[in-house]
Amino acid sequence: MSHTVVAHSHEEYRSTRLPDIKLMMWIFLASDCMFFGSLIGSYLVYKDRSLVGPYPIDVFDINLTTISTFVLLMSSFLMVLALHELRVGNIKLFRLWTFGVAFFGSIFLGFQIFEFSHFVQEGLTLSQNLFGTTFFVLTGTHGVHVTIGVLLLLSLLIASYVRPVAAKDSVYLEVVGLYWHFVDIVWIVIFTVVYLVEFV
Amino acid sequence: MAIGRQTAAAGHAGVLTRPTWTTGWASWLTTVDHKRLGLLYICTSFLFLGLASVEAFLMRLQLARPEQSLVSPDVFNQLFTMHGVTMVFLAIMPLGIGFANYFVPLMIGARDLAFPRLNAFGYWVYALSGVFIYTSFFLGGAPDAGWFAYAPLTSLSNNPGNGIDFYMIGLLVSGVGTLVTAMNLIVTIINMRAPGMTFMRLPLFVWMMLITAFMIIFAFPPLTIALFQVIMDRTFGTLFYVPEAGALPILWQHLFWIFGHPEVYIIILPAFGVISEVIPTFSRKPLFGYPIMVLSGIFIAFMGFAVWSHHMFTTGLGPVANTAFSLTSFVIGIPTGIKIFNWIATMWGGHVRFAVPMLYATAFLLTFTLGGITGIMLAIPPLDAQVQDTYFVVAHFHFVMGGGALLSFLAGFYYWFPKMTGRLLPEGLGRLGFWLIVPGFYLIFWPQHFAGLLGMPRRIQTYEAGIGLDLYNLMSSAGTFVMGAGMVIVIFSAFWALRKGRLAGDDPWDGRTLEWATSSPPPHYDFDVVPEVNDRDPVWLLKHPHLVERRDPISESVDPDHSPPKHVEQVSIHIPGQSWYPFIASFAIFLGSYGLLFHNLLLGLFSVAVLFYACYAWALEGVGGHHEHIELEPAVGGPA
Ligand code: HEM
Ligand SMILES: [Cu+2]
Repeated sequence: MSHTVVAHSHEEYRSTRLPDIKLMMWIFLASDCMFFGSLIGSYLVYKDRSLVGPYPIDVFDINLTTISTFVLLMSSFLMVLALHELRVGNIKLFRLWTFGVAFFGSIFLGFQIFEFSHFVQEGLTLSQNLFGTTFFVLTGTHGVHVTIGVLLLLSLLIASYVRPVAAKDSVYLEVVGLYWHFVDIVWIVIFTVVYLVEFV
Repeated sequence: MAIGRQTAAAGHAGVLTRPTWTTGWASWLTTVDHKRLGLLYICTSFLFLGLASVEAFLMRLQLARPEQSLVSPDVFNQLFTMHGVTMVFLAIMPLGIGFANYFVPLMIGARDLAFPRLNAFGYWVYALSGVFIYTSFFLGGAPDAGWFAYAPLTSLSNNPGNGIDFYMIGLLVSGVGTLVTAMNLIVTIINMRAPGMTFMRLPLFVWMMLITAFMIIFAFPPLTIALFQVIMDRTFGTLFYVPEAGALPILWQHLFWIFGHPEVYIIILPAFGVISEVIPTFSRKPLFGYPIMVLSGIFIAFMGFAVWSHHMFTTGLGPVANTAFSLTSFVIGIPTGIKIFNWIATMWGGHVRFAVPMLYATAFLLTFTLGGITGIMLAIPPLDAQVQDTYFVVAHFHFVMGGGALLSFLAGFYYWFPKMTGRLLPEGLGRLGFWLIVPGFYLIFWPQHFAGLLGMPRRIQTYEAGIGLDLYNLMSSAGTFVMGAGMVIVIFSAFWALRKGRLAGDDPWDGRTLEWATSSPPPHYDFDVVPEVNDRDPVWLLKHPHLVERRDPISESVDPDHSPPKHVEQVSIHIPGQSWYPFIASFAIFLGSYGLLFHNLLLGLFSVAVLFYACYAWALEGVGGHHEHIELEPAVGGPA
């Protein structure tokens, strides 16, 4: 044996050049569409079928929800900035914007907690009527999604202090970003079919 | 073949050290190897198949003679519910997933699934959710509302025991396992195909698994939401299925069957895949009409989501909806028929060898076709209105699920057993088993068509003597002994073959696909050099070039950057590290299920905390693993 050729497969071959984890997120989101589809479908099937109040129009505060929707939308904007800064290697700004996304997400959650407790005071509970049942379960599930997003963002933020981050790690942020944008889009659908239609 | 070990730099350690056992029980708890997990899946589903068979046997014993009372109506309800749930969710579907786990990576020339630890998680969630559902027998009674658990039968006031909670929580959790595994398979098949393995060269089993996995990710969410709604109703007093509050129990039926009809294809498509591997191999002819087979699989998947209301013809959806769903159900018969003709065309003019796998494949063709014909009959609403909820329906779905899925998985079991264990199953016992199982099957289910047409309702614990049902039921019950004996022989011969079976060699059937290019059983790294793929039947191309019609010149579509280097003398293969966390995470979910069921806040919080810990440790631990250096024999051309 004069010379040894070694085939190293550290960087493993991938058929599509798309990172596995990103493909995974796309597929998860496709599936998540069906989760939300089923919840929104149930809401619409039971819309206007409540036998007792409070009804949506009695409790909704459209101004408040518009503000919290706006906050959530802005967080998606910050998400784009955070990803950009990480890609160009500006860790300081990456941290700032990532924190900003998590912070705005938390504000949205704060609004939701306020809204829920307000509704309960008005007499709308899970078991008051079909509106309460479907509304809380739908928006609650969305809230859980946002909470998980915030946890993921904070984890990435903390990780950036614990071990060095580099531009090549941006795929993780990108994946969380995909998730975050998706959760945002779902909210826009919910905002439209649950809130806005009550005011037309 | 010398193996050099080189441990990757230790990353962030969680609290637990990274396990490295290769034998013993802990190696199985912490394994992330797709082959070991595949074996675990297959063994576990056979275990559940056994339990479901015992339940079926008890029911048939009770129904053997009219007006018997071996089994009380209450227990009978639990038996058919658990039998159906077990067969569908814990036996037949996981059997397909088990074969996929083992063979998809081998067939596409990948070294594992894309996310090995997630794969382990999926298995443990499935296995533990099965254990969870079965503990219901000891903790307040098993579910008893049928495998589709129609609302409002499942409401707290109508069904106050724990059984329904076991059903709802158990299936929800098991669905999570199925979902992550399906996602993992999709990423693997899309992203980890060997160089040259284009989509139109994927073995048909891989294609069918890809389609199945896509069906799973779209079909399971509606079920999960429906289960979640009932859990909320029963635990937190929501009103999803409370008619007094204006709710529509029919919503459950819609959500369930939007899942449920695709589910029957989720069960049968992997089976189609197995058949499409077995028939060409044993006919010594490439699969006839490969592109049409792929396309009809995709078409079935789409149509599978457009026929769900054929389970609801008698619920009063109205003539327009009934007509529409009747039509879509007829249409879905077309691609299925195409597949049957293509399998027959593959056998036509081939050198057919009736080894045991091929026997089962042939029995599948006949039995599944018959089940398909009764399916088309049931898609005619006025006929369905006559036989809905009778034994005619029971006969129909056992022909397609038992005669379709179970028989083809037995074909797969006999086909792949030598690859998985290195030993052949004894041929004589195999034939004996076959000649008990298939006639036994017909003895059980053929008479049920007639009992059903005479009006015998399903899910009924007994029947009156002398109304024309006695003989049919006696035949059915007698058949269980015949078929059961066959199953016992299959299991027994598998245990026997593990020790004493004839050595199989790498390629006992003269196979076509890549799994036959590695040793039996495959080494833990699967392939030392992943072969370059230039054809749909790459292993045949090497052995018998005249058998395959070459469609395009070699290496046209092989990416030059990535084709394996020639004249390599040593390769270095990354082996992902074992891990405790998949098991810990799924065990936390298992405990949490009891917390939810018994409204035990403390247990609930504890499990959530453990789950959080496991998730973070999982992420911090990283993929890990080591590189294994393998010396090759000097001359390596194709598959080694
Ligand atoms: C091969 C031996 C089998 C026997 C002897 C058997 C027997 C039975 C019996 C007696 C029932 C109850 C019928 C009723 O009272 O309505 C039943 C129901 C059922 N079986 Fe099987 N079965 C077998 C295999 C299978 C397989 C392989 C599957 C599926 C993959 C399956 C799925 C079901 C389902 C879904 C139900 C309906 C449960 C319900 O009514 O909720 N069975 N079977
Ligand atoms: Cu169907």
